[in-house]
Amino acid sequence: MEIVFPSNPHPAGTPSGVPAPPLENTSPSKVRRKDGDSLFRLVTLGSALVIPLLIAGLFVSLTDMSMPSIRHFGLKFILSSAWNPVKHDFGALSSIYGTLISTLIAMVIAVPLSLAIALFQVELIPPRLGRFIGSSIELLAAIPSIIYGMWGLFVFAPFMADHVQPFLADITGTLPFFQGPPMGIGLLTAGLILALMILPFITSVASDVFRMVPVQLKESAYGMGSTTFEVARKVTLRYGIDGIVGAAFLGLGRALGETMAVTFVIGNSHKISTSLFTGANSIASTLANEFTEASDPLYLSSLVELGLILLVITIGVQILSQLWLKRMRGKSGRGL
Amino acid sequence: MKRRPATFRKLTNRLVVGLSGGAALLGLFFLGWILMGVILRGISALSPDFFTKLPTPPGVPGGGLVNAIVGTLLITLAAVLLGVPLGILGGIYLSEFGEHSRVAATVRFAANVLMGTPSIIVGVFIYAIIVFPTGHFSGYAGAVSLAVIMLPVVVRTTEDMLRLVPNTLRESALALGAPRWKVTFQVVFRAAKSGLLTGVLLAVARVSGETAPLLFTALNSPYWVKSLSGPTANLTVTIFNYAMSPYRDWQRQAWGASLLIMVGVLLATLLGRRVLKEKKRK
Repeated sequence: MEIVFPSNPHPAGTPSGVPAPPLENTSPSKVRRKDGDSLFRLVTLGSALVIPLLIAGLFVSLTDMSMPSIRHFGLKFILSSAWNPVKHDFGALSSIYGTLISTLIAMVIAVPLSLAIALFQVELIPPRLGRFIGSSIELLAAIPSIIYGMWGLFVFAPFMADHVQPFLADITGTLPFFQGPPMGIGLLTAGLILALMILPFITSVASDVFRMVPVQLKESAYGMGSTTFEVARKVTLRYGIDGIVGAAFLGLGRALGETMAVTFVIGNSHKISTSLFTGANSIASTLANEFTEASDPLYLSSLVELGLILLVITIGVQILSQLWLKRMRGKSGRGL
Repeated sequence: MKRRPATFRKLTNRLVVGLSGGAALLGLFFLGWILMGVILRGISALSPDFFTKLPTPPGVPGGGLVNAIVGTLLITLAAVLLGVPLGILGGIYLSEFGEHSRVAATVRFAANVLMGTPSIIVGVFIYAIIVFPTGHFSGYAGAVSLAVIMLPVVVRTTEDMLRLVPNTLRESALALGAPRWKVTFQVVFRAAKSGLLTGVLLAVARVSGETAPLLFTALNSPYWVKSLSGPTANLTVTIFNYAMSPYRDWQRQAWGASLLIMVGVLLATLLGRRVLKEKKRK
């Protein structure tokens, strides 16, 4: 039913669509259309360029703010493990050490574990169950890092102190890595939680890589009598090695800059110790803990310089991994 | 090639299959441990007071985190208003104008790099360009830092979603004489609507659990949120402060806030992923 209002500009009977424009209007509207489109293009281009500008801005502003510290300490900043706000003596070594060691622990645990999980869900169980496990593991990536911190400090650290650390100390005896009182917090706990946090990223990329291995390759290996493990090791892993390296890079980038989870459990000590049970600090945890308390300009500037070091490391890792994945994509000719 | 006895090979195979199954179970076990740990500790803190009352000083029982809940919502909303339009426009450039352009390749590269930049560094950056020059912490600074984190995510998902729209649709609209911007907003967007909304949802899920970028931008505050131009209460920094405090009551509140954040983020993520999967299957 059609309701015709008195003020309806279209009398009943004529199509109520857009009326055709009068002929003399065509050429000006064409010009306007071109103007509108080039403006549209410019606006979208400008918005897209905000991202590279932000990265440039990150470098410029952080370098600018860390200038006092760079001038005052020079290269010594990276090599010194001093951290004394009272005497205005700062060095990045203990933070860099803690960042690297906790990341190393995370990688050593997460990479093999992720590969095993990816292999299991792609090759060894029915696809439906595999997808279920895959999306459950991916949920680990969606949990905010502050939740990992809460859980790490109040649930996991006591567990480490009561069970894992005494056990490790017992079986390793006089090994310097597992000495000291089992307090639950420290580099080892931080590394384990980091491992858990990067696990879903590596697993997800690795299982995509495994799915890309051509079925014919695998089937010919099975046809020659290989066991599942032999196919996985000699065909799937070898075929996907490039992708797996890329996946590991992604995990590495995440682990280096992770803040909240590490801040809760690393113990916040600026001493370098070989034992993984004692408190330590990472660049990110130092920033999180001390940034708002830094009243003195040199202190603040030193903290920003720590941030600059972290930025350089993570962007380096990111660029390497992007280039690696790009090269790989070019080789296999498919999206990942 | 060296020949190994079949029994040995079969045994190794069993062992490795068992181990990889164990690894998968271990991953699921930790997921369950975290979820249960937070739910069991958080649920007892979630009383009506938690959602309606202001925080009490340490030692005084009761009180809630209504200011932090409102603060988090406002900061996230401001971040969405800033980051989403910019991100969608940038994504349009990549998808509609930037198929083979060098600029677009650079932007894509930069977006991936920015996504991998630690969020605490973004916090330091915003401190340097907003908090330090203005001389005070503010909710707006917090919103800007969340928008920076959100931006590359929105740009990339927008590009992906717009690319799923078949080119024939664009061509037919262009052939009718519609200008490019009209084609994009009225034809391509309509086709990609659910995908775009999902992208925004996932980006919001990602930033609403962020703590590090708010630590030195929005800071925190025990008071009611009057405006975003001063230190603004928010849930995640409150969790951090309360968890590190020695007061039992505050720690309990921190668990409640953790549960709230976790459930919100997980639900948004699950919903978003579901829609995306359905879209990709089509």
